[in-house]
Amino acid sequence: MAKTTDPLAVPAPSFWRDPDKRAIVYQGLVLAVIGWLVYAMVSNTANNMEAQGLASGFGFLKSSAGFGIISTPFVPYTEEASYFVVFLVGLVNTVIVAFVGCVLALFLGFFIGIARLSKNWLVQKIATFYIELFRNVPLLLQILFWYSAVLKPLPGPRELHEKGEEVFFSINNRGIIFAEPVGQPGFENVWYALFAAIVVAWLVSKLAAVRQMRTGKQFPSFAVGLLLIVGLPLVTYFALGRPLDMVPAEMSRFALSGGVTIIPEFVALLLALVIYTAAYIAEIVRSGIQAVSHGQTEAASALGVKPSHRMRLVVVPQAMRVIVPPLTSQFLNLTKNSSLATAIAYPDLFSVFAGTTLNQTGQAVEIMAMTLAVYLTLSLLTSGFMNWYNSRIALVER
Amino acid sequence: MATTDQYSGGGIVNAGDLPDKPAPIRTDGAIAWMRDNLFDGVSNTLFSLVAFALVLYVLPPALGWLIFNANWSGGAEACRINPDAACWPFVGARWEQFLYGFYEKSERWRLNIILAVLALGIAWLVWEKAPARKFAALFMLSVFPVFAFIMMYGNETLGLPIVDTPQWGGFTLTLVIALSGIVASMPLGILLALGRRSKMPVVSLLSTVFIEFWRGIPLVAVLFMATIMFPLFLPAGVTFDQLLRAVIGVSLFASAYMAEVVRGGLQAIPKGQYEGAMALGLPYPKMMRLIILPQALKIVIPGIVNTFIGLFKDTTLVLIIALFDLLGIVQASIADPNWSIKSVPYTGYVFVAISFWICCYGMARYSRYLEAKLHTGHER
Repeated sequence: MAKTTDPLAVPAPSFWRDPDKRAIVYQGLVLAVIGWLVYAMVSNTANNMEAQGLASGFGFLKSSAGFGIISTPFVPYTEEASYFVVFLVGLVNTVIVAFVGCVLALFLGFFIGIARLSKNWLVQKIATFYIELFRNVPLLLQILFWYSAVLKPLPGPRELHEKGEEVFFSINNRGIIFAEPVGQPGFENVWYALFAAIVVAWLVSKLAAVRQMRTGKQFPSFAVGLLLIVGLPLVTYFALGRPLDMVPAEMSRFALSGGVTIIPEFVALLLALVIYTAAYIAEIVRSGIQAVSHGQTEAASALGVKPSHRMRLVVVPQAMRVIVPPLTSQFLNLTKNSSLATAIAYPDLFSVFAGTTLNQTGQAVEIMAMTLAVYLTLSLLTSGFMNWYNSRIALVER
Repeated sequence: MATTDQYSGGGIVNAGDLPDKPAPIRTDGAIAWMRDNLFDGVSNTLFSLVAFALVLYVLPPALGWLIFNANWSGGAEACRINPDAACWPFVGARWEQFLYGFYEKSERWRLNIILAVLALGIAWLVWEKAPARKFAALFMLSVFPVFAFIMMYGNETLGLPIVDTPQWGGFTLTLVIALSGIVASMPLGILLALGRRSKMPVVSLLSTVFIEFWRGIPLVAVLFMATIMFPLFLPAGVTFDQLLRAVIGVSLFASAYMAEVVRGGLQAIPKGQYEGAMALGLPYPKMMRLIILPQALKIVIPGIVNTFIGLFKDTTLVLIIALFDLLGIVQASIADPNWSIKSVPYTGYVFVAISFWICCYGMARYSRYLEAKLHTGHER
């Protein structure tokens, strides 16, 4: 068969002129360089660790820590506990401060963001002042300020209380101390009542929504739900004869013993994180609300929607679409910034694990790997949750 | 239809005079302004009163502490007598240390020259009618860092005695870390952004992993790694300066954020620009260098300034790895027993806060001005 050559056929490009083949060569080169870098790093690290006489591996996690930690909520901790327990303590402390911080910063940020848009001149100026002041001062400085300039100079327990005094509430340089609520037999019924109230309130709101869809009649499900959730446990509590004792702290010779203590490190870190992040969230909320076209507000007014409903049912749901993505990165920032705890020795993951444990054991690679894995996981979890929420509120287009 | 006495005789002409209408409410002047902006309705009035009480509660004591009752002259003795107000003599006695750190006293003129050139360079960048402005960015990104390093570190052949990095400190160290971080992170960030948008799967995956890794970990962890891990990664015997390690860590950290800013700019360039460049037969590097990046980088200048503000504030974290930036040196100074006065820590922190606030607020205003300026025209 004779070869027919198409005069219009494009000749196959030479090797270097073909983008596909060129791409393969480039990627191969990139892989080779990265691979060499990783190999050099790993082998250097292995050599260096051997030279320093360090065993690799996670065996050190089982050995006893031998140092005290000032605050170990939810995890039973003694000085004999292993380094793995130290890791857990740090993790719990980090998660607590990050979670509480995110929730409080969200509320404060929303409040200030709305105040920033207030028609009231004075309120608006105060909100602007707050935002510009706290956004432009380094967070570490704010943490140090709250800790060493505000909380540490407070009077000590000895100056405030006499020996043997029963203390129900006290703020001093050892932290915030209040009486510990201790449930008596029967108190668990209050928890059951609370749980039942939440279930019933949820059912009521679902039924109310169904009824409204069918008949158009509204039912004050939020007020009823709130009344149930607050009221039912309270009624149970009093019906059972108040089975809860407040056990006060007692002043011994030098310090208060007993009671519940919130350490000043936690308070300082939380205050600084919340105040700093709220300034950013306020700006996000402001720009989100401003992004909702004014025509939406006018249309709602024209339909006769009440001002309060106008905000809640028309403006805020649309603003949330603009607010949520940057809000997510603020939550991530807050979580990462909680590692600044190490500057004031709040026992978060960084401070007790990447700090004290690393200094004691010298297992830098393993400890940093675990610590970074935790932060990356927390980041992934937070952004996963916020993405789920974002997809729920995202614009549904036909 | 309701008729009134005024329409007598069914005509349309009024028989008598209508009663005078009240004078219109004033719409200008201080009182009208206050009524419209402060006392417009019951809830608004309540808000105003609460806000006013808040201002009254906070402002006079704060101003009194900062200015009116503050100690402005005299040494530690004056502050000890009046410990319930700011102690500015403390800052007056230490300001050279706050600015230059432990830098050799006889060599501080070198820092002054660097700071002066820096100020001139920034003015050149910012002032829109400056001559030869297109060279300003080039100068600041390439010539200035080399010049500043030689001046600061010293060079024996030029007759400048060497001042080693442990002596660097104070506000100049803050500037060194923040500026070298941003300058080094620019090219890396641009490369990463291009890599992330690349069609080559290996390149885009590696860039994405790199960016997300650095964005997912706190800067404290980066600085810890720079001090503890970095020496482990290097061959035995090779050591790096502590400051250089911190700067490398900060630069890698900043480059990930820079990459995301630049990527935003790249995404904002319409596809027609890419297609136009390709239709002209420009290869990829030329397309990026001549067509895409000049447009993309211009629209992300506000984003770059915002990244820089964040980096500038974050340089304070180096005090955790025992480098003495402005905050670190003030923190060390307030522990001086000669100044163990109640007001000194507050004064020190307030001084640092004011310094950072002025810098950051200034940059933020500039970034907002640029955003407003860039907002005209090509809005999509």
